[in-house]
Amino acid sequence: MAKRLDLKAVDIYYGDFHAVQDVNLSVAPRSVTSFIGPSGCGKSTVLRTLNRMHEEIPGARVDGEVLLDGEDIYDRGSDAVAVRRTIGMVFQRPNPFPTMSIRDNVVAGLKLQGVHDKKKLDEVCEASLRGANLWKEVSGRLDKPGGGLSGGQQQRLCIARAIAVAPDVLLMDEPCSALDPISTLAIEDLIADLKKEYTIVIVTHNMQQAARVSDQTAFFNLEATGKPGKLVEIDDTSTIFSNPTEQATEDYISGRFG
Amino acid sequence: MATDTGLERPDRPAAAPAFQPLSTGRKLKDNLATVLVCLAFLVAVVPLVWVVVTVVGRGIGAIVSADWWGRSLSGVLPESFAGGVYHAIYGTLIQALIAGVIAVPIGILAAVYLVEYGRGRLAKTTSFMVDILAGVPSIVAALFIFAAFISILGAQQSAFMVSLALVLLMLPVVIRNTEEMLRLVPDELREASYALGIPKWKTILRIVLPTALSGTVTGIMLALARVMGETAPVLVLVGYSQSINFDPFSGNMASLPLLMFSELSNPEPAGQFRIWGAALTLILIIMILQLGASVVSRFSAISK
Ligand SMILES: Nc1ncnc2c1ncn2[C@@H]1O[C@H](COP(=O)(O)OP(=O)(O)OP(=O)(O)O)[C@@H](O)[C@H]1O
Ligand SMILES: [Mg+2]
Repeated sequence: MAKRLDLKAVDIYYGDFHAVQDVNLSVAPRSVTSFIGPSGCGKSTVLRTLNRMHEEIPGARVDGEVLLDGEDIYDRGSDAVAVRRTIGMVFQRPNPFPTMSIRDNVVAGLKLQGVHDKKKLDEVCEASLRGANLWKEVSGRLDKPGGGLSGGQQQRLCIARAIAVAPDVLLMDEPCSALDPISTLAIEDLIADLKKEYTIVIVTHNMQQAARVSDQTAFFNLEATGKPGKLVEIDDTSTIFSNPTEQATEDYISGRFG
Repeated sequence: MATDTGLERPDRPAAAPAFQPLSTGRKLKDNLATVLVCLAFLVAVVPLVWVVVTVVGRGIGAIVSADWWGRSLSGVLPESFAGGVYHAIYGTLIQALIAGVIAVPIGILAAVYLVEYGRGRLAKTTSFMVDILAGVPSIVAALFIFAAFISILGAQQSAFMVSLALVLLMLPVVIRNTEEMLRLVPDELREASYALGIPKWKTILRIVLPTALSGTVTGIMLALARVMGETAPVLVLVGYSQSINFDPFSGNMASLPLLMFSELSNPEPAGQFRIWGAALTLILIIMILQLGASVVSRFSAISK
């Protein structure tokens, strides 16, 4: 199920603006990779190129290769919709569909892909909610609107929705930035669980979180505003946090930044 | 706060009391402004209330009879207080309905195009055309339909021609309103849907449009209410009939504005009686639509 990701010489643009330059990195299957770095250095941008969400922005484009188990997802023959079925995404702000119940939110992906078998949908719904650690809290009110949950519950609902379509890779852009410490912890535990089945890439501003959840950490930086962001260094999380190769990484991690 | 806690704050100078009484000058200005605002409100409300009271007062006598809602004016003499206007009610409703059936899908599709797909020249041109269309007076729309369909294509005057003119008047309203509602749908929902591997058209159909539904429906109802009172198209594009005509594609057909207009030339008191009755009926129908619109938007507010 879980697949590996390789980025080769990836350059990302917003129109004329060169946002990220020359990224090379690999993500192993069944591992967690976290992206850290100052605001505006292009972490979200890189993450969004991994499931071709970047191209939804007018004028945006990507050069280089993004390989999913060796296949270039930007190949002319590949379809953005198919790519996104394989590579799911959880956003910074929880965004359940407001017109749908909790159950419909979870199975929205399957339903809209044409699965109508009620039994199957119910099974997936329960399994995904259990997977997202939300089942106990909502099992009694699956028909209530998804927007009626707390922020942390909504975020876990979004995670359930993302895993319900059984992707191979899960991308998360600051999934805890709007959450309290307890919900954050719940989601971190969840990431540790999900790692058994998925390849996970997570963007975070929280160093402790990166240290807690990830196997591998990538540090992005920006030389100056208006210049493209770059991948400074990527290594095992323990190495990055204890003994980074680059001075810039050490400065950023120890808070001696800028 | 120092006095609250009883603690000395030697680092701060003793401050003057934070809230001083209003100076008389400010009080005066304040009162003056209040009076002005209330006066403006009255000036705006008085004519409104006056209209409503007049129409209800003079029209109520006509509409309380059962005949009013169930019979036409077929065979009714100008001076006789008899008959009803159901032929005109039917006309008003069917003309607006046909206009809606044509204008709503086109309007929604155009709005979807402008919001979800429209980039570059074509979108700009479309948007500009919609603005122009919104400024077209109803008499011009009616004359345009007359010129295009009746003079050039040789069609006959009929209720359907009226509906076509109403389409021209409804379209910009529906497009602009739907556009606004679609723009209110946050991009995050679209992205959430794309991220699940749902294609764009399905995202629009199943996520974006349902989210914008209540606002869109409200707008459509208000647009319908607006075109029901339009008089220029019925004067230009269809003949008046005293009796019921169910066929919108041929023959004369009454509608409430047209009935009022034709009764204007009736010097008998019964003419006045019918005009006020028809006016009240039209207002009632429009009010029901607007109530429906607010119920729709209320309902969806709950589901949020
Ligand atoms: N839609 C866009 N159009 C144009 N430029 C954009 C767009 N989105 C981001 N950028 C630019 O790309 C650069 C990288 O932005 P990105 O959002 O990837 O940063 P980030 O590392 O995720 O920052 P943060 O930590 O604040 O989320 C920034 O200079 C930003 O201004
Ligand atoms: Mg970001």
